[in-house]
Amino acid sequence: METLMILLIGVLVSVATYLVLSRNVIRVILGTAVLSHAVHLLILTIGEVKKGEAPLLGNQTANGPYTDALPQALILTAIVISFAVTAFVLVLAFRAYKTNGTDDLEQLRGDEHD
Amino acid sequence: MTNLIVMPLVIPILVAVLLIFLRNYRYLQRAIVVVTLVAMIVMSVMLLQLVHTEGIQRVDFGGWQPPFGILFVADPFAVLLVVIANAVTLCCMLYAFRSFSPHYERMFAYPLMLMMLAGVNGSFLTGDIFNLFVCFEVMLLASYALIALGGRAEQLRESLKYVIINIVASWLFLVAIAFLYGTIGTLNMAHIAQRVQELGPDPLITTIALFFLVVFALKGGLLLFFWLPGSYSVPPVPIAAMFAALLTKVGIYAIIRTFTLLFTTQPNVTHGLITVMAISTLIAGSLGAIAYRDIRQIAAFNVVIGVGFVLLAVGANNEAAYAGALYYMMHDMVGKAMLFLICGTMIYLTKQERYDDMSGLIHHYPLFGWMFLVVMVALTGMPPFSGFVGKVLMGQGLVASGSYISLAVGFGASVIVLYSLLRVMLHAIFGETMIADEDKVKLPKSMLLPIVALGAMSLYLGASAETLMPYVTDAARVLADSSIYIEAILGK
Repeated sequence: METLMILLIGVLVSVATYLVLSRNVIRVILGTAVLSHAVHLLILTIGEVKKGEAPLLGNQTANGPYTDALPQALILTAIVISFAVTAFVLVLAFRAYKTNGTDDLEQLRGDEHD
Repeated sequence: MTNLIVMPLVIPILVAVLLIFLRNYRYLQRAIVVVTLVAMIVMSVMLLQLVHTEGIQRVDFGGWQPPFGILFVADPFAVLLVVIANAVTLCCMLYAFRSFSPHYERMFAYPLMLMMLAGVNGSFLTGDIFNLFVCFEVMLLASYALIALGGRAEQLRESLKYVIINIVASWLFLVAIAFLYGTIGTLNMAHIAQRVQELGPDPLITTIALFFLVVFALKGGLLLFFWLPGSYSVPPVPIAAMFAALLTKVGIYAIIRTFTLLFTTQPNVTHGLITVMAISTLIAGSLGAIAYRDIRQIAAFNVVIGVGFVLLAVGANNEAAYAGALYYMMHDMVGKAMLFLICGTMIYLTKQERYDDMSGLIHHYPLFGWMFLVVMVALTGMPPFSGFVGKVLMGQGLVASGSYISLAVGFGASVIVLYSLLRVMLHAIFGETMIADEDKVKLPKSMLLPIVALGAMSLYLGASAETLMPYVTDAARVLADSSIYIEAILGK
């Protein structure tokens, strides 16, 4: 299972890299979103996908080993952050497009001296 | 255990939320900001005293004993930086009161600046590597908004690049944390340090360490500083000054913290690489500082030189060098804020951005001209200003460890700093005045005051090294010997 997950993460990262390297701002932003999904899966996989019982106190039937619950907490935090950042950067890209009149990063280079 | 430790994070966030509701009351906002920052400076000085007398303090959130749960750790290194960060922010805010248009004040500039300060303080104080990531994000999100605030075409252009670069860097940070957690099975920094030391020199750990190095180098502008000059020259002056003073310092702090505490088992790889990167940064920064005529670019490349100089200490890896690095970081926060405020004021007064288009400012603004001299002397590292002590200690540390190349490049870069600023001084401050008396822009006292305050702070840091030295040596001892930190968190 872990091997499959790692392969999936690899595919996601390569797709995201392709998107991030393109010239279109929206594609770059979508690329960063895919990147963040890849890393969330990575954290999940690193904690081993399923190796035991649910780590709940007072669960009479379960007597270990328990699954590590920490990766889920980390992913939850990371998802919230990447959600906020993606929302912000989408608005920013829209404003930049309206003001600068282009969404091509090549044209957003800027003059060397300003 | 004392709750004082979380105040530098909690108070600015709460006050920032409060200020959002007061957006139309500009003067009330200003008053609250000043009171908050003064209170925070007092509290962080109290915390510093506490840490000095009773050793490293920690607070475990929710009562979860380490290594479980998240904790904040107040060690002298972090607390000294918190004190200076708050003091510098106060000066930038005072400058902002005069230079922001009412429009800015209504568009949440102060709450965002406080949020950024909260993220910076949190990053300094946290003792958990994932929490460090969260605090980084708090700081970065506020900085994304601040850099775009105003919505001018070049701001939006530069902020887009700044945001995307930082998203990718944060992604790498998460990847590094995931690998670290998978290998070591803990996120508490002291616990990681303990387990890494038990494991000995392990290639896997070293690889993860290099991941972290790339992340922090991007944030701190160590060699990977290509994004820095562009993004630091677009926001309004007080915000740019805060960026220059605080943001790169957080990256430097994270590098010093991770490579003195966590990843110490293969110094020939990690610390050697940092030294090479620091030397390259110094050389590239020096080239940048003398290549441009735009004073904002010159100031930005001076930030880069500061980063390189501080991180020479990691290569030397001894107590004197760390004391020098800490002293120099404190100095650099004050000095770079002052340099950015001065350069911004020069642009405000002359409406020019290139120093060869300015001339003779000292005729109309004598005190301002003297302040430029002060910042130049301080950044070059001449006594009695603050750069001197840091440079002397750093020099001792580098000689003690036999890193003569670092020593030569580091002190050579000081000469370049002097040259780059002296050029500006000769052209813009001295020389024939180009502005007739009737056309001169008035320089308000409220704009000059924060600059003078920063100059005084630099003088204080330099002249009263005796009083500060005990705290700095405390901090350096913790950095040079990671077992002090680990014992304070996990017990013997």
